[in-house]
Amino acid sequence: MSSRQSLFATVVIGAVFAAAAAAQERPLSLAVLKSGLDFASAEVRALQADEFANPGMLWVERGERLWSEAAGSAARSCASCHQDARVTMKGVAARYPQFDAKAGRLLNLEGQINQCRTERQGAEPLRYESDELLALTAYVAHQSRGMPIAVSIDGPARAHFEAGERLYRTRHGQMNLACTHCHDANWGRKLAAETISQGHGNAYPTYRLEWQSIGSLHRRFRACLSGIRAEMLPYGAPEYLDLELYLAWRASGLAIETPGVRR
Amino acid sequence: MNSRLQVPTTAKRGEPVEIRIAIQHPMETGFRYDAVGHAIPKNVINTLVCRYNGVEVLRAELGSGIAANPYLSFYVVAGDSGELDFRWIDDEGNRGEAHAAISVTA
Amino acid sequence: MKRRRFIAQAAGMLALPIATAARAQATLESRLPAVRELTAGAPIRVGRVTLDLPLLSDNGNSVSLHLAVASPMTESDYVRSLHLYAERNPRPNIANFFFSPQSGRAEIASRIRLAGSQRVLAVARMSDGSFWGATADVVVTVSACMDES
Repeated sequence: MSSRQSLFATVVIGAVFAAAAAAQERPLSLAVLKSGLDFASAEVRALQADEFANPGMLWVERGERLWSEAAGSAARSCASCHQDARVTMKGVAARYPQFDAKAGRLLNLEGQINQCRTERQGAEPLRYESDELLALTAYVAHQSRGMPIAVSIDGPARAHFEAGERLYRTRHGQMNLACTHCHDANWGRKLAAETISQGHGNAYPTYRLEWQSIGSLHRRFRACLSGIRAEMLPYGAPEYLDLELYLAWRASGLAIETPGVRR
Repeated sequence: MNSRLQVPTTAKRGEPVEIRIAIQHPMETGFRYDAVGHAIPKNVINTLVCRYNGVEVLRAELGSGIAANPYLSFYVVAGDSGELDFRWIDDEGNRGEAHAAISVTA
Repeated sequence: MKRRRFIAQAAGMLALPIATAARAQATLESRLPAVRELTAGAPIRVGRVTLDLPLLSDNGNSVSLHLAVASPMTESDYVRSLHLYAERNPRPNIANFFFSPQSGRAEIASRIRLAGSQRVLAVARMSDGSFWGATADVVVTVSACMDES
């Protein structure tokens, strides 16, 4: 190859890479994106659709009450700063996880709620899977129901996004499987009697019949990890946060359904 | 106990109306084990009673065969305007209650 | 795909005498001691009761159920009580519901637990002391993955 041809080749290859980095190809295009609900039985779909019978609503309503309860040394409630959640929290869940510049870290909804509790209310942070945190998270996310996920992976979020993607594609556990093997390569196919979903988190916190309770996305990650016989990281692990961001980006455009109902 | 009630705000006298209740409760079967291998004791809501203006209109005897976070839908004939009163108790003796007003037109 | 099974003969009430006689002889059998205790050996006639359950359930922890009994629900003719049984559950008597003429309808919806695929039985005790019932078979599948979250 002449030096001119190799220079041209380098420029072309460089341009292709630059384009790829700027507009990253989603594994699932918007046209193909399907909520977990599409893989659920008619019974589960009906339960989610029924505003009253949806068991997750028990926590959403609890969250509504907690929203106005004063807490901590500052004796402030969420409402003290945020007034009516139906107005102020609209669209918020759709943007999480997001990088918090002041805190210098990636925050999911649970993390944001706890940041408010510790720094603005002077209260103890709420434990993952505690009734209160589930209720508040479900209540806030519920205010974005029907709205498309729209997270940012720019700036400081970028490193977290890339870490999340690496995790998503890394094999784990005795079964040596990565998330992508089921949720990109085999969604829609059967695993025993179940139909594999695309693995989106748009309905979380969600009421899982398996749990007989509402639960967080981190709980679902742990369930998947135990399913492939891998070590379950603790709730709130930074790896889970990175993964959440990647998943949210991967599901961009999919509507939030909280509280979801799943098997 | 956390619960939700759905009662129509208005009803026509003589027509049956649907009442729905959902209660947050694990309905612990007694067949589950904790992480250390100890059986988690049974604790279910065993009785639920609905009174309409003081008169019992439904009594439900529930067992561990009712799913967690029990949900129940049933009917009541709209009579006088007044109150629907729910009371329930679980095996441990924890009591719960819920009330809703019902307005009946002629 | 039909998801719901109706094993009721609501139209049975309008049937010709011959058909009625034949249908009235159709009874439900159950070996459950709890059912025998309820009926004291009296026959459980097939009919009037509609037991609505999915053919296939994703998870035995929660199976949606709907139960209704055709009855005028008047002072002289109403459903006294409804009894639900899951023959293979460790405690087969799932629930009992007690009504009055003020109930308007003997109709219940709830969510039950099923310990595996089995037959569910609903028995209604009428104000005249008679028993009517219906059954439904449900296939309960289990999770593909172990969830130790």
